[in-house]
Amino acid sequence: MPDPREPDGTAGAIAPTGAGGAMDLAATEGSTLDKAPGGPEGSGPSTPARSLWSDAWRELRRNPVFVISGLIILFLVFISLWPSAIASGNPLSCDLANAQKSSAPGHPFGFDGQGCDVYTRTVYGARASVTVGVCATLGVAILGSVLGGLAGFFGGFWDAILSRITDVFFAIPVVLGGLVLLSVVTSNTVWPVIGFMVLLGWPQLSRIARGSVITAKQNDYVQAARALGASNSRMLLRHIAPNAVAPVIVVATIALGTYIALEATLSYLGVGLKPPTVSWGIDISAASQYIRNAPHMLLWPAGALAITVLAFIMLGDAVRDALDPKLR
Amino acid sequence: MRGATHAKWAACAVTVALAATACGGGGDSGGGGDGSGIVGSSWGDPQNPLEPANTNEVQGGKVLDMIFRGLMRYDPKTGEAKNMIAEKIDTKDSQNFTVKIKDGWKFSNGEKVTAKSFVDAWNYGAHLKNNQKNAYFFGYIEGYEDVHPEKGDAKADKLSGLKVVDDTSFTVKLTQKFSTWPKTLGYPAFAPLPKAFYDDHDAWLAKPVGNGPYTVDSYDKGSKMSLRKWDGYKGDDKAENGGVDLKVYTDNNTAYTDLMAGNLDLVDDVPASQLKNAKSDLGDRYINTPAGIIQTLAFPFYDSKWSKDGMEKVRQGLSMAINREQITETIFQKTRTPATDWTSPVLGEAGGYKSGLCGDPCKYDAAKAKKLVADGGGIPGGTLKITYNADTGSHKEWVDAVCNSINKALGNDKSCVASPIGTFADFRSKASQQKLDGAWRAGWQMDYPLIQNFLQPLYYTDASSNDGKWSDKKFDDLIDKANAETDTKKAVSTFQDAEKVLADQMAVIPLWYQNGSAGYSDKVSDVALNQFSVPVYNEIKVS
Amino acid sequence: MGRYVIRRLLQMIPVFFGATLLIFLMVNVMGDPIAGLCGDRKCDPATATQLKKEFGLDKPVWQQYATYMGNVFTGDFGTAFNGQKVTELMSTAFPLTIRLTLVAIVFEIVIGISLGVVTGLRRGRPVDTVVLLLTLVVIAIPTFVTGLLLQLLLGVEWGVIKPSVSSEAPVNELLIPGLVLASVSLAYVTRLTRTSIAENRRADYVRTAIAKGLPRRRVITRHLLRNSLIPVVTFIGTDIGALMGGAIVTERIFNIHGVGFQLYQGILRQSTQTVVGFVTVLVLVFLVANLIVDLLYAVLDPRIRYA
Repeated sequence: MPDPREPDGTAGAIAPTGAGGAMDLAATEGSTLDKAPGGPEGSGPSTPARSLWSDAWRELRRNPVFVISGLIILFLVFISLWPSAIASGNPLSCDLANAQKSSAPGHPFGFDGQGCDVYTRTVYGARASVTVGVCATLGVAILGSVLGGLAGFFGGFWDAILSRITDVFFAIPVVLGGLVLLSVVTSNTVWPVIGFMVLLGWPQLSRIARGSVITAKQNDYVQAARALGASNSRMLLRHIAPNAVAPVIVVATIALGTYIALEATLSYLGVGLKPPTVSWGIDISAASQYIRNAPHMLLWPAGALAITVLAFIMLGDAVRDALDPKLR
Repeated sequence: MRGATHAKWAACAVTVALAATACGGGGDSGGGGDGSGIVGSSWGDPQNPLEPANTNEVQGGKVLDMIFRGLMRYDPKTGEAKNMIAEKIDTKDSQNFTVKIKDGWKFSNGEKVTAKSFVDAWNYGAHLKNNQKNAYFFGYIEGYEDVHPEKGDAKADKLSGLKVVDDTSFTVKLTQKFSTWPKTLGYPAFAPLPKAFYDDHDAWLAKPVGNGPYTVDSYDKGSKMSLRKWDGYKGDDKAENGGVDLKVYTDNNTAYTDLMAGNLDLVDDVPASQLKNAKSDLGDRYINTPAGIIQTLAFPFYDSKWSKDGMEKVRQGLSMAINREQITETIFQKTRTPATDWTSPVLGEAGGYKSGLCGDPCKYDAAKAKKLVADGGGIPGGTLKITYNADTGSHKEWVDAVCNSINKALGNDKSCVASPIGTFADFRSKASQQKLDGAWRAGWQMDYPLIQNFLQPLYYTDASSNDGKWSDKKFDDLIDKANAETDTKKAVSTFQDAEKVLADQMAVIPLWYQNGSAGYSDKVSDVALNQFSVPVYNEIKVS
Repeated sequence: MGRYVIRRLLQMIPVFFGATLLIFLMVNVMGDPIAGLCGDRKCDPATATQLKKEFGLDKPVWQQYATYMGNVFTGDFGTAFNGQKVTELMSTAFPLTIRLTLVAIVFEIVIGISLGVVTGLRRGRPVDTVVLLLTLVVIAIPTFVTGLLLQLLLGVEWGVIKPSVSSEAPVNELLIPGLVLASVSLAYVTRLTRTSIAENRRADYVRTAIAKGLPRRRVITRHLLRNSLIPVVTFIGTDIGALMGGAIVTERIFNIHGVGFQLYQGILRQSTQTVVGFVTVLVLVFLVANLIVDLLYAVLDPRIRYA
């Protein structure tokens, strides 16, 4: 038998928090933590000056991991908005005569299978890929953790309903879903793709969140808060969410990378981003075919994807650490 | 069974350890140069049940080519139709034919091949209730409308144009004059069938029985078929090996890797991504030979924007904006040849192939292209959409390259854009119902090596595969005239006249002729592909 | 507990019908599958009509569904377009896939959890960084490339494995495919374990256990790991579906004629019978897996009780 957990009467339990609604966003985007105000709402059992969320923010700013990952993400946002700032070429001007050639003057990363400049395409690909990755992850994290969290917290009937809906969604094969739902779309933007990923991605996160909430609500401090008459929303947001968020952050940050790759799968199926949209996913999938002849084609877009995922994993780690009072 | 396979596995493990020979590919049971070696070959799951008149793709075609012989057979090298079981096929008026078959042919179950074997098989293939996808092959035979009406149920059981005279001869009456009709008879759809086919259909499908140089030894649906040399085979193209093991691969890349690892002897479809390595991996064990397939870009003539006068200039301009040489070389590694007419080199000069018939409009010339497109009033809507299906055949690469080429020639990023459709079925149903706007990829694999087959089904007014609904009176008249021509030479030149109408109008843009490519191991020799890019299995020697 | 299980089993019924109906409709929406059966040419209209009749495609959708479900309950899952019985396809595909999935899950559990524990206990040390980098590689490089490179290297260059799995697919041939299939999930499992371990290692019960003088190994496995496993178990539970139904790339590279391939093929050919049949079985697998995961919660954390 494991030792029952000792009453964990530390900050996580007692310190009332401010805008706890930021919990879901905290899973993926550190910047939303800005909004967490410090003051309690007055209904908490005690009223210390600092809340968990503002503590976390203070902690974060001092964490070099957070600063570095933040800078990388800012840079990604920058080139997504102004790719021409660092790449002078045109990602769509391709000369088949240059196909698969490695680096040449003015073309540091070489050329891809169609003779397009790999550097330019990698820079221009950031916009679609980062948007798809970040937005799909945010959507999945919000929808998944809200539904999963509620199912886990309330249990019983609502858990049964929500979980069985999750099961039905699990049953849809990605290929089928993509071909059916995305083939009717004529829009040339990233939003249908993002919507599709959220629709098929939330069940997994919902299960993770549900599992975490089920565990977290057993903690003594939650039971204590319940005994003290705390409302459901208060217990969920202030006591359970901060303690259940870690697995959600972990899954979401890795999923971000897989969504960028999934976009390529959808494009491969002919239902993803439509040409002439440029994305890392499309380039990675095209380069995969030529791995024996021209590995440089894969290296750069895959490297960009890896750095993006690294930044978000580091960010997620930093946020999680900041939310864990035991580490202070 | 289970025990036996385990034992085989154990044996294999030992062999591998001792001699590092390959197992599982089955390539090396038997052995020596005595003609008893087994060829291990890649295969894909046939799309349809393995009935002769129901098989319209290469994978099923491979098996049929091994276990069946028909009246005629196309010479694997020249493509010329030669008598196989047919003793002679006579006609006086190009419409009524008398077929006399050779005596002594048998099916591998001992049954004799008679005139009735053919007539029954053709009646079966043509009849609506049997769902045979190649039923249209029998469309020229009188009475086809009754057994296979466009709408409603069949009005007759048998084709009225077929009559058995005696055991070794039967007569055929066609609905129209068709002088070269006997030359269509090399297609597997015209194969004879044994009684067992009708008596116990399921058993036959589980283990097909034919009259060819091989018999089916075992068939494990979806994974493997073992064919063995049939000693009782009557023809002179007997198998030079002991048999063929076809192994199903879901991806030709894996088959190629297995070939390199020595687990397989023959891959008849080298994956596009490996073409560049094939020469260095395989040396002269890589073959690349023309097949009767042409690829084109088709246009929607049902849309007045594309069919109005002057648009032929735009189409010609687009054709000139496509750098065929570069694309076939870079993307396809020369497994395609730039097209300069609307047929295929496998027909040969005598058969109607004419290099350069298209003339300048099929040559890359960016400046002229730009001018012609502008002269014709520009691309409708400003952007040419090229639709293709994403699921089969890796079309994305070349469509992207074609678009890049057009964009570059016309000096505008947005002149051409690729537009994928998820599934082949969806693509085909949109194409055949005239629901596509803009151009789309079109391909034609010949049914039989005749110039007629490259023109009539595709461009004749309302022809079965004329998806773009192109129509030209002059073209139709020339086709009719050519079909009625009894002199083959004159017929061919009349067909070519019709082809010139295509060139003037640029009804479709010919892109390239497709080759068949294959690689084989050093254990086998004499490997070749026929005009349908099916390996000529019976000629393969195993050392 | 018993009642909970029975209730959950009963809940499977509506999910089963909901999921099959949904999939049935989705395949149906894809349009006319017959057009794809005639190659690059148009099917002749008479044969097309006849084929539609044979596959029941000429009837209204609800009637097709009713007929189909009726047949399913008598054990008849219909016929694929190549004339093969769907039950026949399933009986060859599922054993292969189940074996492959089990191999992948074993990898996830053994490698993933071990790496997770090691990195969780040594946060910020070199081993943690190396594992993080491996994680990035696994996420950024497509499975197609890793699979292909392993196949070329181990199968062709070194001759350690056979590049393609034979149709019998013994477990030893499935090790490399299983590893390739598990690779992305490994990243999840490792990082989930790592985070949970890192979070719990400072928990008071761990300090108590250490203070009591329990051996380190026992503290880690009995106290720390057990309490850290819930997210990992949840993840693996959700991953079964992806491993079984979505192993398309891995199955193609190693020529495994499993569920992922059949399902993919069925979808592309728009064969309702194949797709719905396979998904139906997969749904049952998910439901059972989820039930097992929920029951494991109670095992891992005795405070969790099901009424």
